[in-house]
Amino acid sequence: MQPVYIVGTGHTPVAEHWEHTALSLAAEALRGALGPIAPEHVGALYVANALGGAIGVQTQLGPAIAAAAGMRGIEAHTVEAGGASGGVALRQAYLAIAAGAYDLVAVVGVEKVTDVLDGRLEAGLALATDVDWEAVHGTTLTAQWAMLMRRYMHQYGYTAADFAPFPVNAHANGAANAAALYRFPINIDKVRAAAPVADPLVMLDCSTAADGAAVLLLAGERLARELPGPHIRVAGSAVATDSLALHSRPDPLWLGAAARSAAGALRAAELNVSDIDVLELTDPHGIAAALALEASGSRRARRGPSAGPRWRDRAGGSDAAGDRRWLQGPWRHDRRQRHLPGDRSGAAAARRGREGAGSRRARGAGAVPRRHRRDGSNSHFDRRIGQD
Amino acid sequence: MDLAKHWRQRAARYRLEGQRHRSSGALRFPPEPTLGAEAEQWEPYVLSGAGTVYSFTVVRQAPTGQEEQTPYILAMVKLTEGPLVTAQLTDCDAQDITIDMQVEMVTRRLRDLGPDGLIIYGYKFRPRLG
Repeated sequence: MQPVYIVGTGHTPVAEHWEHTALSLAAEALRGALGPIAPEHVGALYVANALGGAIGVQTQLGPAIAAAAGMRGIEAHTVEAGGASGGVALRQAYLAIAAGAYDLVAVVGVEKVTDVLDGRLEAGLALATDVDWEAVHGTTLTAQWAMLMRRYMHQYGYTAADFAPFPVNAHANGAANAAALYRFPINIDKVRAAAPVADPLVMLDCSTAADGAAVLLLAGERLARELPGPHIRVAGSAVATDSLALHSRPDPLWLGAAARSAAGALRAAELNVSDIDVLELTDPHGIAAALALEASGSRRARRGPSAGPRWRDRAGGSDAAGDRRWLQGPWRHDRRQRHLPGDRSGAAAARRGREGAGSRRARGAGAVPRRHRRDGSNSHFDRRIGQD
Repeated sequence: MDLAKHWRQRAARYRLEGQRHRSSGALRFPPEPTLGAEAEQWEPYVLSGAGTVYSFTVVRQAPTGQEEQTPYILAMVKLTEGPLVTAQLTDCDAQDITIDMQVEMVTRRLRDLGPDGLIIYGYKFRPRLG
C-alpha cells in the first residue's frame, strides 16, 4: 500500500441551483479541482450520489459525469451509501491509489435535490431507512433522529434547549463561510422559538437539503511531490456498517458503525483520539453530533448534548452550510484543506480549534474523522505533507 | 409499492408474526432470512402485541404518500417479548403519550396508494385499554 495524498479540491456553493443539472454542477467542481491538470490524466472517477435515481430519475451518473467533464471512457461509477456516500466514495478512491491501480483519481460528490417538492424529497431520503419495516410506516430520517433525541433526553435528563448550542455554533461558523447556504448567526431563543418539524426537533435543529458538488483529487506519493502544494496525506481510512433498521440495533443510541470506523481509521493512522485537534462531524441535527462524538470516543458517553470545546465545524456544519449529505466527504475535506495553516482565515480557525481542544499535537497537523449513521459509516484521518 | 411486496409480509403485518429460536428461545421481529443449518432453528412465532413506548415523535414534514395522515405520531415500541418495532401510534393525541407508556397492537390502514393502487393495512399501536 502506497501513501495517498489529496492534491486538489473544488466545490460549488451549497445553494438552490435552478440553472444547473447534477452533471453541470459536478463538471464545475471538477474544473475547479483540476485547475491546470488536463482531465485525461484522471484514471478513475468515483461519483458519490444517493438520490439521482429517486429524485433525478437518472442513474449511471459515473459515465455521464466523466463524459461531461472531458474524461469520456475512463473507469467511472456511482457509489451509493445513503448519507455516507461521499465518505465511502473517498474510501474507494483511497484504496485505488493505495493499491497502485492509478496515479491520479477524482472523487465527486453531487446532489441535485431542489427540482422536486418536499414530499418527494422526504420520500427519497427515507429510502435510506428500511423501507419494508420503517418507511412504510411513514418513517423519515428526521423522525428517527427526533426519536433518538427524545429518548436521550428521557434517559439522561436533558431538555431540548440543551441541544440548541449545536445549531448556534454551526451558524456562527457558517456566517464566515462564503459557500454556506445560511450565513447569519442565531441564538438559543431563536432555535427554541422555531416551528416544530418532528418533535422535539424544530426548524433550526434541522439542516436543509440543497444542491451542490464537491471534488477531491487523490494521487500517489510520486505524483503528489510533482504537483504544487499544499497536499494532505490520508493517514488512516475506514468504513463500517450497522443494521439498516434503527429498531434492530441493541442500543439505538449507540452509533456502532461510527465507533468502529473511527477506531479503524485511528488504528490505521496510529493515533489516539486524544491526538486529534480538529474534528468534523456529520451533524444534520444536534443529537447526531452528540451521538457521533460519543461513538468516536471524543467525549465520554452520556456526558450531555452541548457542543464541547473540542467540536468545531468551521464550515458551518450541516445546519448553516446546508445539508450536503452525499457530497459531505469531499466537501468537508475541501473545507479542511482550506482551513489548514497557509490560508489566513483557516489558520485562525484551526488555531481556535487547537486551543479549544487543549492540543498536544504539533502545529500544522490535523485530523478529519468522518462518520455517518445508517447504512455506512466512514472515517478518514488526514495529515498534511511536510507539516507534521 | 407492488402487490407481491406487501402480500409477502402478511403474517408480520397482520398478526405481528416474528421468529423464535428453537434452542435458545430467542425472539426476533421483523423475521429475518437466515442461511444454512441455522435457518431451520428459527420457527414462526406470533408476538402478543403488548409493549411500551421506547420513544416517539410527531411527523410534520411527511413523505409523498403520507400527506393525508400528516401530522402523525411515529414511535419505536419495545414489545413485551423484547424486540423493538417501528410503527405509528393511533387513537390518541401526542400530548397524552409518554415514554414507557403501555400500548397494544391494532390493525389499521397504513397507506392508500390511490385509485389504481393498494390499500395497505398493517400494525399500529394504541394506548392499552383496561
